[in-house]
Amino acid sequence: MWYHKPVVNEELLQSLPNLKIVASSGVGIDHLDLKLLSGYGVKASNTPFIVSSDTADLAMALMLASSRRLVEGYQMAVSPDTEYFPADWLGDAVSGATLGIIGMGSIGYKVAERAKAFEMKILYHNRNRRNKEEESAVGAVYCEKIHHLLQQSDFVLLSVNLMPATHKLIGKRELELMKPTATLINVSRGLVVDQDALVEALQNKVIKAAALDVTYPEPLPRDHPLLKLKNVIITPHMGTATKKTRLLMMENMIKSIQAGLMGLPIPHEVL
Amino acid sequence: RPTIDRKLLESLPNLKVIGNSGVGVDHLDLKMIANFGVKVTNTPHAVADSTADIGMALMLASARRLVEGCQIAVSPDTKYFAVDWLGVEVTRSTLGIIGMGNIGYKVAQRARAFHMRILYHNRKQRRKEEEEAVGAHYCEKIEDLLQQSDFVMLVVNLTPETHKLIGKKELGLMKPTATLINISRGAVIDQDALAEALQNKVVRAAALDVTYPEPLPRDHPLLKLNNIIITPHIGTATVQALRMMAEEAIANMLAVLNGQPIPSEV
Repeated sequence: MWYHKPVVNEELLQSLPNLKIVASSGVGIDHLDLKLLSGYGVKASNTPFIVSSDTADLAMALMLASSRRLVEGYQMAVSPDTEYFPADWLGDAVSGATLGIIGMGSIGYKVAERAKAFEMKILYHNRNRRNKEEESAVGAVYCEKIHHLLQQSDFVLLSVNLMPATHKLIGKRELELMKPTATLINVSRGLVVDQDALVEALQNKVIKAAALDVTYPEPLPRDHPLLKLKNVIITPHMGTATKKTRLLMMENMIKSIQAGLMGLPIPHEVL
Repeated sequence: RPTIDRKLLESLPNLKVIGNSGVGVDHLDLKMIANFGVKVTNTPHAVADSTADIGMALMLASARRLVEGCQIAVSPDTKYFAVDWLGVEVTRSTLGIIGMGNIGYKVAQRARAFHMRILYHNRKQRRKEEEEAVGAHYCEKIEDLLQQSDFVMLVVNLTPETHKLIGKKELGLMKPTATLINISRGAVIDQDALAEALQNKVVRAAALDVTYPEPLPRDHPLLKLNNIIITPHIGTATVQALRMMAEEAIANMLAVLNGQPIPSEV
């Protein structure tokens, strides 16, 4: 399945009595009711790890685009009304700034590797602390308490799984703990952020800006306040949208399906 | 601004130094200024990080179709996100850097973290340790770099040698899947040849922070293409870089006025 369609519910499972496996594209499985599937004896698989580089690249792209006001700059460069480029039009530096990574899994770690080359100071918050070698390799400092990370970061990146513990992880309180000059970047799932709280925070300049590859729902309703704010960039959930990665994902899914049909161990089974 | 011409210099007989903000001095008539006994300084160190960052930003935005994506995400006509809408990978692709000075080298340092294969073309080959530190391979012939690169980034000074360095021939040598990125000066590219190459898909896309002139006339063909990103010369447009440029310019000018060694004389 791609992009959570078809919806895997009771009705679908009842209509497919011979269904052996649901192979989902991407690493997130928040859209699957694993208890329900298991009840029907249906296995599930995802495509972890191969999505990590492209998603990390997009996180860096969003951070750079937001901080340097790339989309606004492009609009100015091509606008029919532009007569000259203003001299006092400025963005903020990425090089040398502080990046706080919430969720230091495969994707978060790859972002840290990239950010290090921009001489960024890297903080991270994670369920488990990474080992010393992994931390030194990217110069990442562990923040056991999320508020320490929020208070010190110029950029806060969300790269967690969506699960009950991370649902609305970033709400009014967390946004207020962030610096007023900080930018929130989300490449995980829309529901990790309390969107109403985010809208209010952006409107009142509680934080400077946001860059979101994911929202809830996708796409947002066309009258949603997030679409009207000048200090937000939104991309259409394109973390893995490259030819090579999609091909790898497809190959991965086929291997899982073949294994599932033959009753063999499934390469990336989700339990 | 102001334009440094004969008239201005004649009106300022006590002028000792022109401290330029930024590294490019292609807008200055260095011979004429020297004839008036006036020194010229620039700010090569202050501009390096922010310009390298913009090079990376343009490469990533172009490869991943970020600007188009934003338009889709907010368009009143968007009902769903298409599954078959794709960009190209940056990680593990090949970056060819033309001009491996301060800025080019910082680009290489950043690109290395994306596991990119790095080729470079420069007037002089860098020292072995410098090459190894970023995993960069020297291409003595620019053609070798053009033929192998997925991304070609121009990071040269504008001089008579680099004027229209990239023309129809060079664009023809690039892969049809390649992207051209320019953070140097607009005149390094033959813009008419670029417009044609982009229209005929001789190259996949371009991302330009610089054009000639700036801004482009509003009816210029480059503004009508959908496989190009243009930004309004914002390579050093950060609060941080602006301050560093002012500090570097002032330090240079004070050195001239105090008869001390000048850090960045042109």
